[in-house]
Amino acid sequence: MTGLRLKPATIIGLLAVAALPLVVRYFLPASEKYYLHLLIQILLWSFIYTGWSLMGRFGLTSLGHGAFTGIGAYATVMLWNFAGITPWIGIPVAVALATVVGVLVGYPCFRFRIAGHYFALLTLALTEFVRLCIVGLRDFTGGSLGTQPRRYGDGISLYALQFEPDRMLAYYIAFGLWVLGLYVWLRVDGSMDRYALDAASQDEDAAASVGINVTRERLKITALSSAMCALGGAIFAQYQMYIGPDTIAGLGLSLNIVFAAIAGGIWVLLGPTVGAVFTQVLAETLRVVIQGSATLKGMFGSSALALDQLIYGLLLVLFIIYMPNGILGTTMAWWRRRAAARAATGRAGN
Amino acid sequence: MQSGDRNGPPNRLGPHSAKSVALLSVTGLTKTFGGFTAVSNVSFDVGEGEIVGLIGPNGSGKSTIFNCIAGMYVPSAGSVNFAGEEIGGLSASRICHKGIGRTYQIPRPFRNLTLLENVALSAWFGQHGKTVRADCWRQAEEALAMVGLPTDARTTTDGLGAAALKKLELARALATQPKLLLADESLNGLDHSEMEQAADMLQRIRSERGITIVWVEHIMGVLMRVVDRVVVLDHGEKIFDGAPRAAQSDPRVVEVYLGADVAA
Repeated sequence: MTGLRLKPATIIGLLAVAALPLVVRYFLPASEKYYLHLLIQILLWSFIYTGWSLMGRFGLTSLGHGAFTGIGAYATVMLWNFAGITPWIGIPVAVALATVVGVLVGYPCFRFRIAGHYFALLTLALTEFVRLCIVGLRDFTGGSLGTQPRRYGDGISLYALQFEPDRMLAYYIAFGLWVLGLYVWLRVDGSMDRYALDAASQDEDAAASVGINVTRERLKITALSSAMCALGGAIFAQYQMYIGPDTIAGLGLSLNIVFAAIAGGIWVLLGPTVGAVFTQVLAETLRVVIQGSATLKGMFGSSALALDQLIYGLLLVLFIIYMPNGILGTTMAWWRRRAAARAATGRAGN
Repeated sequence: MQSGDRNGPPNRLGPHSAKSVALLSVTGLTKTFGGFTAVSNVSFDVGEGEIVGLIGPNGSGKSTIFNCIAGMYVPSAGSVNFAGEEIGGLSASRICHKGIGRTYQIPRPFRNLTLLENVALSAWFGQHGKTVRADCWRQAEEALAMVGLPTDARTTTDGLGAAALKKLELARALATQPKLLLADESLNGLDHSEMEQAADMLQRIRSERGITIVWVEHIMGVLMRVVDRVVVLDHGEKIFDGAPRAAQSDPRVVEVYLGADVAA
């Protein structure tokens, strides 16, 4: 393991994020719940996006991660609601289930070299399959209306892993998860497997001929990525205390994950986090603008609320064409170029 | 399965130590693609420490044989035996783990990685985790130095010419610590002095590291100076197996290379 020694800047950054709720409490006491909710959402989604980017950065563009978050959320809640199994056991079971599904879908893809568009299509089918299962099992899952985890006591319980009423507690749980995501990303980034996956994304045959078992490497990262997304989905369910096929599973969610991760930058540690900030702020802004606009409501009716999806779609196209490295990736590259230019000017001046 | 330690001291073999024990035995190898037979019943041995040239005009089947040995193709019939073990049909990565390294005719560098990373990952995965990470980076530097490429951690493949990319191919294959190196048209696209350098390098790899080499080439030229033996192919069949000097005077080889009129 290399490169995981914490630098002072990293410690300051982590402390700053950890101190955010206190800042909110001090400066925005009247809207504390709202802003904390926004921050919790950002951190939870950052974790999920980071999980996706582990695969996405190696050219494995999955549209199936909505299935993994769905499995994580639904399996945990179903085990709790119908078998009384605590999420402490339910979540590992759900994560294991998502991992098995990920590996089962991934193996034939990687073994038979289904890549690029075909891989995206196959994983898209997985998302739809899981969504249909959720809707089809409506006696348990509540169908397309969704369902809620059975509330335990006053809604704050270690045993039931319920913490929704206490936003401060929820924030630090989300913060812990976010830090875990960053740690996993750094571990992968510092591993030899990362080089293997980079090599395989460039040239599978050449990678195999230097001894890389491409199928195994890809399965490993798929397992890790699907497990992270399932864990993210499960914690999201515990926080929201509501799960629906469109909020935590489904194609719309899969696309949101891809969009946010690409928008932030899939090749940099904090790219998915920036993507989460961007999409959450964008969604909130659109919601406020659309809800506050009589003109838009008059034109589109309640469907105006779906305009954000349309804007996401357009932005995704623009990002892929003009900013494939994402907001953070592009900014960092620009910063490095500027620093290099300054250094060159400095040398010339001397 | 292996007669010696892959990381052990190199055998300092001279250019004419000739074949002792067969390290690689290809027997009755046939490869068909649909109704087309690319290689038909080809057999040859490669002794430990030899440099064997596998030559023939374009379309003679040498690359197909090469790919059958390296695990890119599954042979339709026949056997490929390496160090006493059947390897025909194994995956490319497993064949690499057995101790066979290869280069590509058209270099296939991992352009999203630096030169050092290209080679270090080959050291790590080629030896199948039998080494520690620090050693991989050291071995990568050694391999790059051996072929004459920069060993720093920052040089990328951007702007590298044909000769440098061929060297990178070689460094990557060497880093896997092979017992047998399959060199695919290492001279292709090089000018005359670069060809001489490439040939010298293959000789040095054999003499300094004791690596057996099968060298595929469609031009004879420089190759004949370096190899101990040539196997000549034409239309998927072996037409000659012997010393380079004998090959140059063999009527069938001359016919294949220069045309029937000259041979007559």
